[in-house]
Amino acid sequence: MLPTTLVELSRGLARGDFSSRELTQHYLDRIKQLNPSLNAFITINEGQALQAAAAADESRAANNATAMTGIPIAVKDIFCTRGIKTSCGSRMLDNFIAPYESTATAKLQQAGFISLGKTNLDEFAMGSSTETSFYGPTANPWDISRVPGGSSGGSAAAVAADLVPAALGTDTGGSIRQPASFCGITGLKPTYGRVSRWGMIAFGSSLDQGGPLAKSAEDAALLLNAIAGFDERDSTSMNRPVEDYSALLQQSIRGLKVGLPVEYFSDQLNDGIRESVHNAAKELEKLGAELHEVSLPRTDLAIPAYYIIAPAEASTNLSRYDGVKFGYRCAAPENLSDLYRRSRAEGFGAEVKRRIMLGTYALSAGYYDAYYRKAQQLRRLIKQDFQATLAEVDVILGPTTPSTAWQLGEKNADPVAMYMEDIYTLAVNLAGLPGLSIPCGFAAGLPVGLQLIGDYFSEARLLNIGHQLQTVTEWHLQTPKT
Amino acid sequence: MTLDRAKVASVAELARLAINDDELSDYQQALNDILALVDQLQGVDTSTVEPLANPLDATQRLRADVVTEGNQREQLMSVAPHAEGGFFLVPKVID
Repeated sequence: MLPTTLVELSRGLARGDFSSRELTQHYLDRIKQLNPSLNAFITINEGQALQAAAAADESRAANNATAMTGIPIAVKDIFCTRGIKTSCGSRMLDNFIAPYESTATAKLQQAGFISLGKTNLDEFAMGSSTETSFYGPTANPWDISRVPGGSSGGSAAAVAADLVPAALGTDTGGSIRQPASFCGITGLKPTYGRVSRWGMIAFGSSLDQGGPLAKSAEDAALLLNAIAGFDERDSTSMNRPVEDYSALLQQSIRGLKVGLPVEYFSDQLNDGIRESVHNAAKELEKLGAELHEVSLPRTDLAIPAYYIIAPAEASTNLSRYDGVKFGYRCAAPENLSDLYRRSRAEGFGAEVKRRIMLGTYALSAGYYDAYYRKAQQLRRLIKQDFQATLAEVDVILGPTTPSTAWQLGEKNADPVAMYMEDIYTLAVNLAGLPGLSIPCGFAAGLPVGLQLIGDYFSEARLLNIGHQLQTVTEWHLQTPKT
Repeated sequence: MTLDRAKVASVAELARLAINDDELSDYQQALNDILALVDQLQGVDTSTVEPLANPLDATQRLRADVVTEGNQREQLMSVAPHAEGGFFLVPKVID
């Protein structure tokens, strides 16, 4: 029986319990067996992965290996991977072979990780269920009639089903944390600017952040260590040294002040989720943390603010897809206008087009002040609420999502219904704060996630709290029957 | 704020998205539903609040105006739908 965490796999490789080639073959076999029913992967890099595994074994034999050398990983198909198809879950990029490597995936390679393939996502990261993908939905390994969450649903499902020990995702409004919650795994959205966005296909440039999905906070820290860092090529990358995100894991949380916002525990919240989250909070209390009631009064306004800002930024970012320089081009364009209009209408799916339309409207002359500027003002108020609260407490705790994983197809009739499910995660992206989702129980047999929100660049502290909870609970050790 | 069909059509033109009459009605419905959601913002007093563009209030970093990337024209154009001799080809624009 092979171990399933990065920590244990690293030890096993170092001891010679198994080789990287054996490990890689093991995961590739599992992918072959389970991907047909899960559809977690868009592209599987079998040949390259086995080659890289052989090279990793040689490095290890020559004493040139590091902790993560030769460990398989999966990458959300939104990161440009040189020479490998990078589709962003869209027909628009179905034929796109990335001509360059993103900074985040280059750093994974430098750390020794071996990518087994590119995982499924909502088209251009727009969605909360991985149902808008051009390649069809991904299934939740806990119940394949249900969604894995989104937009990093492929990465989350792959980790939950042990197709890989960890994966890279992106989060613009909850797209790492929510699927982590729905799939019973750990997911971290780092502080805005912590991980380079260069080569990470842009959706909402002031909101997007790449981050880890893994089996534990301990593993997420190892992955964050590999991908974090200042990048000259990303003008929003923060010039801050990369600390060791594993360094604080063992720290006691005695005296830690944990704030539970009243707005996160309203009557609307599913009772099973409420109970799981409260029980987890009590476990933190037993470890010495202090629970405090706090208030984030503008919680509800995060939804309208986000659903103006994100589509607005998306409309600008997606204007580059014009059938000229790369991507899908319509057949027999009559003139330049026809080329643009039909390439885009045919290349993009319905949700993406809805958001482009909304964003275009919100930014257009005469409406910019009432919508985009207004939303940016709300954004500052939301940020201020968090800052005021984080001056009173060390960390904010609440459910990651108001519901557990819904049925495939259940929420497709009304886009707004799905938008409402993002209520606890959106504000964190608006404020640019780091957020960690960890498993904290089950409701009617489906995973429940708890979210921890910390101050800017407090990822080590969040991972510490997550790890401490994971030393006294076993939710993160549960795996679906596959 | 609700959108009429003419407005939806003009937004589609700005976004360079071809839409037919059936789709136009669907977009009108969807956009109006979303706008009903976002109109909640109008009730909030933000008269003294500065808009927040970068969540960390960071300012644009500047750098020296020197070339740092090498010429990768062939590689970067290899993914173009229609390219020739270093040009991206499109339907004729100038008469």
